[in-house]
Amino acid sequence: MLTLLFDGIAYGMLLFILAVGLAVTLGLMNFINLAHGAFAMAGGYVTVLLMNRADVPFVACLVIAFFVTALVGAVLERTLYRPMYARPHLDQVLFSIGLVFIAVTAVDYFVGSMQQNIRLPEWLQGRLPIEAVGIGKYRLFIVVVCALLTVLLQWVLSRTRFGSRLRAAVDDPRTAAGLGLDVDRIFLATFAVGSGLAGLGGALGAEVLGLDPTFPLKFMIYFLIVVSVGGTTTITGPLLAALLLGIADVAGKYYIPKLGAFIVYTLMIAILLWRPQGLFARTATR
Amino acid sequence: MTATTAAASAVPPAGPSPAAESLARRARWRWWELALFAALPLVWLLVPGQSLLVNEIAIVALFAVSLDLILGYAGIVSLGHAAFFGFGAYAAALFAKDVLPDPLIGLAVAIAASAALGLATSVLILRGTDLTRLMVTLGVASILYELANKLDWLTGGADGLQGVVMGPLTIPFTSLPGFAFDLAGRTACAYSLVVLALALLACRRIVRSPFGASLEALRDNRLRASSIGVAVSLRLVAVYTLSAAIAGAAGGLLAQTTGFASLDVFDFHRSAEVLLVLVVGGTGYLYGGIFGAIVFKLLHDLVSAWTPQYWNFWLGLFLVVLVMVGRDRFVRPWTWARRRRAA
Repeated sequence: MLTLLFDGIAYGMLLFILAVGLAVTLGLMNFINLAHGAFAMAGGYVTVLLMNRADVPFVACLVIAFFVTALVGAVLERTLYRPMYARPHLDQVLFSIGLVFIAVTAVDYFVGSMQQNIRLPEWLQGRLPIEAVGIGKYRLFIVVVCALLTVLLQWVLSRTRFGSRLRAAVDDPRTAAGLGLDVDRIFLATFAVGSGLAGLGGALGAEVLGLDPTFPLKFMIYFLIVVSVGGTTTITGPLLAALLLGIADVAGKYYIPKLGAFIVYTLMIAILLWRPQGLFARTATR
Repeated sequence: MTATTAAASAVPPAGPSPAAESLARRARWRWWELALFAALPLVWLLVPGQSLLVNEIAIVALFAVSLDLILGYAGIVSLGHAAFFGFGAYAAALFAKDVLPDPLIGLAVAIAASAALGLATSVLILRGTDLTRLMVTLGVASILYELANKLDWLTGGADGLQGVVMGPLTIPFTSLPGFAFDLAGRTACAYSLVVLALALLACRRIVRSPFGASLEALRDNRLRASSIGVAVSLRLVAVYTLSAAIAGAAGGLLAQTTGFASLDVFDFHRSAEVLLVLVVGGTGYLYGGIFGAIVFKLLHDLVSAWTPQYWNFWLGLFLVVLVMVGRDRFVRPWTWARRRRAA
């Protein structure tokens, strides 16, 4: 029971790290980016390829995965995404679906369609020697890393100059630009960090979620659930939504395996029917 | 419809009012519409060797037309339209397998089932933003996918529903022996084309009516539409149900003409593809789905023959380029250079 809860929390934390970048693009730029999972997949593949072909240690891989995907995100933001911000939602949906299809087939072409495995380092394998609760070391590692990142994010957003600029740009891009903030650059940086976090999440999650070329399609709906249920105005909203989703999914799959992902989807529809702006949204945004 | 009675009562005895006149102008037949309807039987006669392909095109076109009703006319962005397509397909296949192999009654069952599903889920799309609607439509399609996957005693699970044998296609109210579905797809093709033509006529009648005009009004500005007295929610429910019914007809046709229904009908790819088909053909004038389906299927045939495995790559690239150039300008290549200079 407690093991299940812990696994759920680890899964939820992972989802949060994966989806937080999406929360920012959606909330900040009002941009529906279905291709977010592609960045996560990129991070996962960077890790797998580096570890299996170049013997780079795991933790170094995580850092590299973050920076590589952040760089890719920055380049794509500058070249492809920026003209899309002002477009209608239908265009954004089509555009990002197109990117997903390209990413999926490109990975399929270059790496192959089989599932990729990660060999975890010795110190992350096995379980903690506590009898009552079976806690996998790797799950604990995920929880610790994700919790640290969450605190860091919260601190950056609420205490630093960059955070207050970002929040100003969220609330009203035009006024923020009028006050002399370089909104374009803030968006660029935020998009890059969001992509980087997705890449890091993908690298961390390759072991737990499984990694194959259909990753962005398989988990797209999960990321979207986190963001739409959590609301896009705060960072705690998506966090709570991700934890809820993680626990519900793990518990649901354990207790009622026949129903599978059914519970999660039904829960999402019910919540969105009840509160279309998300569970934790401020009222009347935009 | 209240708008009709209001317009009719406002007609002065001297002649038709401007409003009635503009509505009549909307409903007038254009020459190219007549040409399009005339072309449908010609296709059947002139390319007998490609009946299977024509059949597929007709089904995709019908599906895209149904999406156009909600996307082009009512402005609802849906990522889960395959829910209704798949529901119709499974309904038709199950009906043929377990109850009665007659195709026409089966099609009616598929339409009724999808319409009921559309009516039931239409409450979900009334509230919230575009994102909420995307999520909810996607969620409904995913739920149905999961259901079809898990209820394997009914649907065959991941193997699909096999062993669907259709009876011959009889012409209603006659005692003729009817036409059996043949391997070359001649009967199937004619059947799909007739259903497509009938659905188009019905949709044309609906979207050119005052009801259709009110849909466009609420697409453009929901607040204004409701403040001049359009019952927004009711109209959305009505058009969503109608769209679901037609998507169900398309799914039913697919199941009946291929004798097979599989999980693939609920897949996300289907919803995305139909969006693309419609967008290529153009939204909001009803015939976009047909042109889009022709372009899409021919392209699919070409690319698949060339690189069968990586069709999705070209699909994705096509989508990205399409949006970068701009949906409305894509069909008019002569405007590409002009706008770029202006930007």
